[in-house]
Amino acid sequence: MSTEATTPKPVELVNVQIDGVWYQFPKGTKVIEACSQAGKFIPRYCYHPRLSTPGNCRMCMVELGMPKMGPDRKPELGPDGKPIHNWIPRPQISCAQEVSEGLGVRTDSKMVQDARKGVLEFLLINHPLDCPICDQAGECRLQEFSYDFGPAKTRFLEHKVKKPKRIQIGPRITLDDERCILCSRCVRFMREVAKDDVIGIVNRGSYSTITCHPNKTLDSNYSLNTVDICPVGALTSTDFRFKMRVWFLKETKSFCTSCATGCNTVIGARENLMYRQTPRENNDVNESWMCDYGRLNFHYLNSPDRLLAPVAKGVNEPDWTAALTATASALKSLPPSEVALIASGKMTNEELFLAAGLTQALGIMLHDIVPHTDAGDDILLSTDRNPNTAGAKLLGLCDANAGSKLPAIADGIRGGTIKGLVILGEDATALGLAESELRKLEVLVTTAMLPNLTTASAGYVLPGSGFAEKRGSMVNKSGRLQRLNRAIQAPGLARDDWEILTGLTEAITGTSLGLATIEDVFKAMSAATPALTGLSLSKIGDLGVQLPIA
Amino acid sequence: MAYKVPRPNLTFAEKIYLPSVLAGLKITLGHLWRMLRGKTHVCMQYPEEKWDSHLPDHYRGAPTLVSDEFGRTRCVACQLCEFICPPRAIRITPGEIPTDDTFAKVEKYPEQFQIDMIRCIYCGLCEEVCPEQAIFLKKEYAIARTSRAEMMHNKAKLIEMGGLQPGVVNKWNEKK
Repeated sequence: MSTEATTPKPVELVNVQIDGVWYQFPKGTKVIEACSQAGKFIPRYCYHPRLSTPGNCRMCMVELGMPKMGPDRKPELGPDGKPIHNWIPRPQISCAQEVSEGLGVRTDSKMVQDARKGVLEFLLINHPLDCPICDQAGECRLQEFSYDFGPAKTRFLEHKVKKPKRIQIGPRITLDDERCILCSRCVRFMREVAKDDVIGIVNRGSYSTITCHPNKTLDSNYSLNTVDICPVGALTSTDFRFKMRVWFLKETKSFCTSCATGCNTVIGARENLMYRQTPRENNDVNESWMCDYGRLNFHYLNSPDRLLAPVAKGVNEPDWTAALTATASALKSLPPSEVALIASGKMTNEELFLAAGLTQALGIMLHDIVPHTDAGDDILLSTDRNPNTAGAKLLGLCDANAGSKLPAIADGIRGGTIKGLVILGEDATALGLAESELRKLEVLVTTAMLPNLTTASAGYVLPGSGFAEKRGSMVNKSGRLQRLNRAIQAPGLARDDWEILTGLTEAITGTSLGLATIEDVFKAMSAATPALTGLSLSKIGDLGVQLPIA
Repeated sequence: MAYKVPRPNLTFAEKIYLPSVLAGLKITLGHLWRMLRGKTHVCMQYPEEKWDSHLPDHYRGAPTLVSDEFGRTRCVACQLCEFICPPRAIRITPGEIPTDDTFAKVEKYPEQFQIDMIRCIYCGLCEEVCPEQAIFLKKEYAIARTSRAEMMHNKAKLIEMGGLQPGVVNKWNEKK
């Protein structure tokens, strides 16, 4: 790395007056951002901080003034010693204008208010006003700004322009062209971020329409981000369509557990049902985006097939204590050398820590996690589809090469040297074992959410929780410790996995671990793990903490 | 600040109360006399006689779902009534109208619409908030059933109670 990059140049600050108050901003700041930082929100449609700035919606207009220059080319100063402004006699867009020395901004003058009213009146001319059936209602910028800044009444008596409605523009996106205000955010997103330039604007004037290029569809793995950035209800998610009005959704900050990137998300849930997850801004992880694969990978939580009660000795055992005691005595009946443990890279750090404790309690030497890999891309999606491989390595559940011991475990089961297997949140058939070979095991213990071939053959099934149903932490591929929050409750008798593992370990050792809450587990884990020293679940915060590991 | 209330100066007749008592008795006995001659009706013989013809137009009875002149249930499942309902009596499951349907243009309809009449407090906020003029409080007030299940008015029941009501919402017509 060169020295220029390591020692950043001192940022040049310029003086800017916003609504009569002088502020300092770094050179290059957009006026719209400067106003936001000064607490003056400027309404905007086309402007997005992560996309290029076409300045086509004209919503962010403000009044700008340049410092009045005297004959000596020095700014003339007023009685307060600050420059006097020459106000430009017409409004300017603030998204394309950078701050300059002595600039004056008026964000709420009569001219600005009139300009906003005019722009909103134009935008609403051909708008269908079908808010009652529009999924965007409640988080629609056109609704919000119309209430805040728009004219109260329409003067438009002519027929509205008809455009295509309910178009499947891609496998996951529904397009309503009448609602579109042609801000072109989606076009720029697909061109600049997703690098899949498939949508554009055709026709002229009021007939301008967003559409896909001929013979193409909006099928990028990042297409649903266009739904998020669409300020109106033109692009809506087909998956979320008509499922629930957004004002009912309880929002919980979480992160996506579908790959090792760990994009920060907001989970929308109502009455114990998860309806959607949307990306949450985190400059160190996912900026403002997430992939469609991760976003839609939650429907299994609402599945009617979820395991609801523990199984011990092959029969349903609704009493957890009895189920855990039976599991513990079955595991203890085998010598430690004949038992293996397979954890999962989908488990939280707390669960992995307790799983490591379980291996110590049983004296198991053979343990590993199951690696899941699939094609990734160079935007966000990682080839490692386990969200917490780094955590499993950190907590010693697997070595640097995750999954290296799995062939030995599989051979042991086939050869009969391994008679007991604890498999946490994974399907043992992924090791290449047939169901009949699993049935040869004397003791097969599994934690699972959904029935699979392992739970079908297992004598002991302990139903666990999904990522939206528990608290805990994970480490993503770049070593960032992030926190899951509980959005919904696990169904039936299913428990938090850390409770299952604590209960099982306590049933095996016969002594209490003294862990009453997930915070206690984290405390015990950070005391035992040097990389986590001094941290707690609350200290992780909403944006995560970078750990001192590679 | 203390404020002194001026006490009225009562006459002797007022002080002994008797004239007022007698005046009151005169009114009571007058009513009794009219009732004995059958000139005053105090009770309505419910349920043989009913309030229905006396109910004012703004009377708030049971909430119902009304249909428009084309037979379409006006409700588009926007769920605003579910949101505003103070006792949370309303529960809607939205659904999508298929593209080949007569009313495909409306796109959205209530797959299920339930009003729990045990919870309903007849406040009329659902009618007031409805952007489609789809829910109306009709004059039916005798909502007494023998089981909780019967007190759950489902969509079919609500539509049957609502009946036809041509209104001023024309935005889903072909020409708007």
